[in-house]
Amino acid sequence: MVIAVLALQGDFAEHEKKLIECGAECFEIRQLKDLERDFDGLVLPGGESTVIGKLLRELDLLETLKAKINNGLPVLATCAGMILLAKSIDSGETPHLATMDIAVKRNAFGRQLGSFHTAAEMKNIGNVPMTFIRAPYITECHGAEILADIDGKIVAAQQGNQIALAFHPELDECNRIYEYFLRIC
Amino acid sequence: MENNRYKLNKELAQMLKGGVIMDVTTPEQAKIAESAGACAVMALERIPADIRAAGGVSRMSDPKMIKGIMDAVSIPVMAKCRIGHFAEAQILQAIEIDYIDESEVLSPADDVYHINKRNFDVPFVCGAKDLGEALRRINEGASMIRTKGEPGTGDIVQAVRHMRMMNSEIRRIQSMNEDELYNAAKILQVPYDLVQYVHENGRIPVVNFAAGGVATPADAALMMQLGAEGVFVGSGIFKSGNPEKRASAIVKAVTNYNDAKLIAELSEDLGEAMVGINESEITLLMAERGK
Repeated sequence: MVIAVLALQGDFAEHEKKLIECGAECFEIRQLKDLERDFDGLVLPGGESTVIGKLLRELDLLETLKAKINNGLPVLATCAGMILLAKSIDSGETPHLATMDIAVKRNAFGRQLGSFHTAAEMKNIGNVPMTFIRAPYITECHGAEILADIDGKIVAAQQGNQIALAFHPELDECNRIYEYFLRIC
Repeated sequence: MENNRYKLNKELAQMLKGGVIMDVTTPEQAKIAESAGACAVMALERIPADIRAAGGVSRMSDPKMIKGIMDAVSIPVMAKCRIGHFAEAQILQAIEIDYIDESEVLSPADDVYHINKRNFDVPFVCGAKDLGEALRRINEGASMIRTKGEPGTGDIVQAVRHMRMMNSEIRRIQSMNEDELYNAAKILQVPYDLVQYVHENGRIPVVNFAAGGVATPADAALMMQLGAEGVFVGSGIFKSGNPEKRASAIVKAVTNYNDAKLIAELSEDLGEAMVGINESEITLLMAERGK
């Protein structure tokens, strides 16, 4: 199993560590020529969506990745990654990959003082720890299935092979979300 | 589940990795920095080169100016307080800043003690010239470290020296046996558990950026190849001929720091770089503040 990790900015190294722990092989995508390799799944890490979105465009990665995802490539997207997948972003920011029928609100829990750890039930997976860092949440979920919410705020959703999380499983001990993702890859 | 602020604060730094944090003095500059791809901005009234030129006492910026920048952008906003000036830090926490830089760029307020950063909920980044300084700041509660470099000079030599020093000390600690670690802790004036962490992991326990003197995409790539996890650019951007283009080029150089061909393209037609000052031409070494 080979997983590509988008490594333009953010905590991609933490994802790679998790994927390797779960028995997957992974490599980094930093420019167009990295996409020549075959892979079974894609991880979009946490970071700043404005930075990653801009680099996706300027390094000519956006259209190719979008086409692959629309063709069924499994994706695990966390925090900034979730914003990249959303078809609608509250701040008026131009949507990026826009492959998932969700609307998201950025920095929805506030600034850094609003960041928090918690644990909650996630559909198909069970109770998992969740780390929210200046996190977004999903405000509208049309074609996607809700996997988890915190006080009514949607923090995880799945549409086909795309899994979007407002939190960071790459920062917690639990590997079950990765195991779930690798099963669909 | 308990909310461990220190862990959350280290985790915010992890999200900034592979990114460029830019000094800005106005909301307009902050917007330029954000659209050029900054992963965070540092809000301050005067950039280091101007602080250096103006002389006198340099303090925390006007909170109104900082709030104006916080309102202008969606990325994290950092601001500087003076070394040891915990009241300035309390003010920055009160306006809900995302990160405080307890910075040698400003005039130190305390020539013995740094801020006890464990008393705060907001995260701190601190400068370091070597491993001992880095671990002492971490012990005081810093959740991110940067090289001090020499701010406001456009001269990369000190940032390189500090990063190389940290790397070589980390390698030395990695190669020690357990008996030697106790003595290393004594010499570095840091707790044993931090030395043990470095020994086992081959790195410091928080994210480590380069800062102080980065002026070109090549400078940024140099620091990344030396092991920096991201880059602060202070005076280098808004003291240059074409800030937007230079900022954008530095962002791309940090992402693809190993691709010399791409960095060659990025380095073309950037206009004038900031006028640098050599280390030997300056009388004030900011890096010597706060050890």
